[in-house]
Amino acid sequence: MCHAVPARVTQVHPGEMAEVDLAGARKTVSTVLVGAVAPGDYLLVHVGYALGRIDPDEAEATLAALAELGEAP
Amino acid sequence: MKYVDEFRAPDLARALAAQIAAEAQPDREFRLMEFCGGHTHAIFRYGVKDLLPANVRMIHGPGCPVCVLPITRLDMAIALARRPGVILCSYGDMLRVPGSRRQSLLKARAEGADIRMVGSTMDAIRLAEENPEREVVFFAIGFETTTPPTAVAVKAAEAKGLTNFSVFCNHVLTPAAITNILEAPEIRQMEAVEIDGFLGPAHVSVVIGSQPYDYFAEEFAKPVVIAGFEPIDVMQSILMLVRQINEGRAEVENQYTRAVTHTGNAAAKALVAEVFELRRSFEWRGLGRVPYSALRLRDRFAAFDAERRFEMAPGRAVENKACDCPKILRGAAVPTDCKLFGKQCTPQTPLGSCMVSDEGACAAYYKYGRRRAAPNRMEAAE
Ligand code: SF4
Repeated sequence: MCHAVPARVTQVHPGEMAEVDLAGARKTVSTVLVGAVAPGDYLLVHVGYALGRIDPDEAEATLAALAELGEAP
Repeated sequence: MKYVDEFRAPDLARALAAQIAAEAQPDREFRLMEFCGGHTHAIFRYGVKDLLPANVRMIHGPGCPVCVLPITRLDMAIALARRPGVILCSYGDMLRVPGSRRQSLLKARAEGADIRMVGSTMDAIRLAEENPEREVVFFAIGFETTTPPTAVAVKAAEAKGLTNFSVFCNHVLTPAAITNILEAPEIRQMEAVEIDGFLGPAHVSVVIGSQPYDYFAEEFAKPVVIAGFEPIDVMQSILMLVRQINEGRAEVENQYTRAVTHTGNAAAKALVAEVFELRRSFEWRGLGRVPYSALRLRDRFAAFDAERRFEMAPGRAVENKACDCPKILRGAAVPTDCKLFGKQCTPQTPLGSCMVSDEGACAAYYKYGRRRAAPNRMEAAE
C-alpha cells in the first residue's frame, strides 16, 4: 500500500497525465504531484499517481559505492 | 526494469551479507525495526533475514495501512456501505480485512451492498460522475503515500462541482507512530521490545522527505536510515545502521538518495496541507490512541467529509481475542506466536488484519517464511 514502483515516461498527455512503461506494461498516470515530465524520465508511481522522481545520478552513485564493496576482498 | 534489477543482484547481496557479518560486533545485539510493511515484505520475499548474522535481528513495525486501521473504523465503513443509495469504494486490500463479528466489506458486498474496488482516486471521482443519483464515498486509508492522491480527488470534486462525492478519511502519519513506539517505555518494558535503530520508510519519505526523522535521532538517540524497498537497498541500509550503532552515532542517514530528498515533494505536501488538518488523537490497531497521528478534512471541504455528511457513530468493536495482531504491530510478538497462524488463519481465510495484505507480517511469514536458500531467491524472483 505504501509501495510505489519505478516507471519510465513514454508519452506526455495533456491535463498533467503521462503514459508510462511499468516493467513492460503501459499505463496512464497523473503527474499532477510531480510537475512537468518528459519522455525518458523515471517516476515512482503509486495508485495511479506519480509521487516522485528517480534521480539517475544519485542511482549511479549508490550503485558505484555498492560495486566497490562487491570488489573488496 | 531499470532501477529494479540492479537492486536485486545476488552477487551484491552476498557481498553486503559478508560485510554486515564482518562489521556487526559479535558481543552485542542489533535490534532493528523496519517500520514499513514494504520492508517486511522484501525481507521475507528475498530471504534477507537468512543472510543476516544471528545477532542482527529485524523487528517488524506497524507500517501496514490495513493492519493498523482499528476495527471500529472498518465497522463504520461497512455500516455506511449498507445504506441504500451509497456506493463505497476503496483500495483492494481493504475489502478482505475482517471487522467485528466476522464481517468484512467483501461479505457486505456479497449480501448486496454496493462496494467497489478502485485502483486510484481518479476512479472514485469517475464513479461519482457516472452515478449522479448515488452517494459515492471513498474509504480513504493509508500513510503519506496515499494521502496526496486523496487530496487531489477532493480538489477535483470541488472543481467539478460534484455534490455526491465524499471521503471517509482514515489517513495516518508515520512520524507520529514512530514517536509512539519510542515513547511507550511501559509497553516496551512489559513486553521487552528494545530497538537499537530504525529502517525508515521509502516511499512515505519520497513525499515527506528525511527531515521529519531528525527529531528521533536527536530526541531518542536512535539511528534512522531511510531505505529503498529492493533487497539490496534493505541490506545496504542494515549495514549503515550497524555502522552507526558500532560507532555510537544516532543520525538520520538516507540510503534511498535516488528518490528521497531532505524536504520531500513540496507540491504534494502543500496540497495535503490545504485539504487536511491534524486530528487531535486517532486510534491505531496495536498502538491504541496516538496523539496528532491522523488527518481529517478541513472545514472548507466539510461538504466532502463523509463523517460530517452522514451520521457515522463508532460502534463497539469486537476483536478476535485469539488474534495477536495488536502485539505483532508493536513488535512485541512474531506471527508464529499466534495459535491461529497457518491453521485457521491463512491469506485465503484471514482472521486478522496482519494476514490480509502483502505488507502484513503474518502474510509475509506465511508466504515466504518457510522457504530457504537466499540469495538465489533474488534471481528466482526477477
Ligand atoms: S495469524 Fe491471523 S489471527 Fe494470528 S495474529 Fe496473524 S492475522 Fe491475527
